[in-house]
Amino acid sequence: MRSKPTLLRVAAYAGLAFLHLPLLFIALYAFNSADSNYSFPMEGLTLRWFARALERTDIHEAIYLSLAVAAMATVIAMVLGTLTAAALNRDRFFGKDAFTTMLILPIALPGIVTGIALLSAFRLMEVNPGFWTIVVGHATFCVVIVHNNVVARLRRLPDRLWEASMDLGADTLTTLRHIILPQLGTALLAGGILAFALSVDELIVTTFTAGTDKTLPIWLMGQLGRPREAAITNVVALAIMVITMPLILLAWRLTRDGDASPNAR
Amino acid sequence: MRALSNLFYQRRTLTLLLMLTPPLLWFGVVYLGSLLTLLSQSVFVFDDMSMSVVAEFTTDNFANLLVPANLDIVLRTLAMAVAVTLATALIGFPMAWYMAHHASPAEKGFFYVGVMLPMWASYIVKAYAWTVLLAQGGVIYWVINALGLQGVLQAVLAIPVIGGDTLATSNLGRFLVFTYIWLPFMVLPIQAAIERVPANLLLASGDLGARPFQTFRTVLWPLAFPGVVAGSIFTFSLTLGDYIIPQLVGPSGLYIGNMVYTMQGTIGNIPMAAAFTCVPIVLITLYLAMARRLGAFNAL
Repeated sequence: MRSKPTLLRVAAYAGLAFLHLPLLFIALYAFNSADSNYSFPMEGLTLRWFARALERTDIHEAIYLSLAVAAMATVIAMVLGTLTAAALNRDRFFGKDAFTTMLILPIALPGIVTGIALLSAFRLMEVNPGFWTIVVGHATFCVVIVHNNVVARLRRLPDRLWEASMDLGADTLTTLRHIILPQLGTALLAGGILAFALSVDELIVTTFTAGTDKTLPIWLMGQLGRPREAAITNVVALAIMVITMPLILLAWRLTRDGDASPNAR
Repeated sequence: MRALSNLFYQRRTLTLLLMLTPPLLWFGVVYLGSLLTLLSQSVFVFDDMSMSVVAEFTTDNFANLLVPANLDIVLRTLAMAVAVTLATALIGFPMAWYMAHHASPAEKGFFYVGVMLPMWASYIVKAYAWTVLLAQGGVIYWVINALGLQGVLQAVLAIPVIGGDTLATSNLGRFLVFTYIWLPFMVLPIQAAIERVPANLLLASGDLGARPFQTFRTVLWPLAFPGVVAGSIFTFSLTLGDYIIPQLVGPSGLYIGNMVYTMQGTIGNIPMAAAFTCVPIVLITLYLAMARRLGAFNAL
């Protein structure tokens, strides 16, 4: 324990490098001056694919759709996730375990199950796939993300906070608004951010529920088959990483600070 | 207003019911409803002539799963899921161990973020990155050439089952991509499990004369095992259901996911697609039941 075992350290850093090198190479390829080949080493660097990507309306539409879906799915997930967290954190009740299982199911089962289940139900009800069907699919698996974040914070909130507030004459709603919600704030925000990031990235469920609409991952998927301008794909891939990674870091900061001092105030 | 809010506090069951109704409706109607719709279709007849579903009971779809061609798909997918699970555990365990017990606090944060970022990074971007890296003339071929290992690569690709014409069309390439993409899902649960093993337990084992490997085998591994099982739930389930990677990298030959996609898409045979969907559902249910017995749920 006292001396760091070299072998373990090397293995750990090698694993970490394995996780990051492919992403770094994609970032590098976004600046590749060649039109559409992936030969390495690259011939030169250019920024022109960024300019081309900005001109493409199909990319704008995909980005807009992805952001709109993610925003809507996040709102639904935050409401439902907070409610489940509040309910499950309280008393034991009949069917609690079954409910917990049901909550995990959309992420424990492969995305393809959720996707085709929703699709078959939509078809049966003669609902045309589009914006709202994508939102329904995304919200379903985002709920558990928000739930996990909020319930972790709730567990660390001591009951005496409620009791003290009520003893001092506040009613339930006042306590909720001035005591509980501020405590939950960062956890709720972190859950929302993660749900948003997950929704922007989600591909498998979306391919079933999107119909002909193209979210950003679906657009990217289409590029792999028959790209219009292959090099632009790298730029969009880089853009997706640049957008989502700071969000994930922010979510991590928010929950970590909360963990460090749950009862500081 | 005040009376109403106090009522909420006193009548806990009422409040509970109010809080649970919206999520219950969502999951009960939207999610479970769809799932049951799908499962019920698996016993319906698909009429090849009219290309439509007829609401007549049949077990043919399930019998069809056992046809050699279909059984092949199931076994191929299952074999990959097992291989990927073992590989991620093998690579992930040292990472998790180092993170939990040997890294300094700052280093631990660095590792945590370093594992979490690729985990949350876009799935399709990661899959796409590998199609670029594995391409002939791409980065990996360049590295192999630079190291003078062409002969080794040729020898490996000549091995039946795992090999193929090129890296990008071999099972080895596909396995590499799967392992890469699901690795973080293995590291974090193991890390959480090892974190809970007190470091002085390992010290005590060493003080009592155990060699490092003995300590690992008899103390650390048994205590960390639930974490490995927890991680394997993800790697196993995600591989079973994936259909994008098999489409992008590796030899032809379908996976369960591709079969479901093809059945529902071009042909419109929802009953057969539903029967195929039952395979991962059943396998994962069995796996979850086993994992629960092994105590993995506490490590999630």
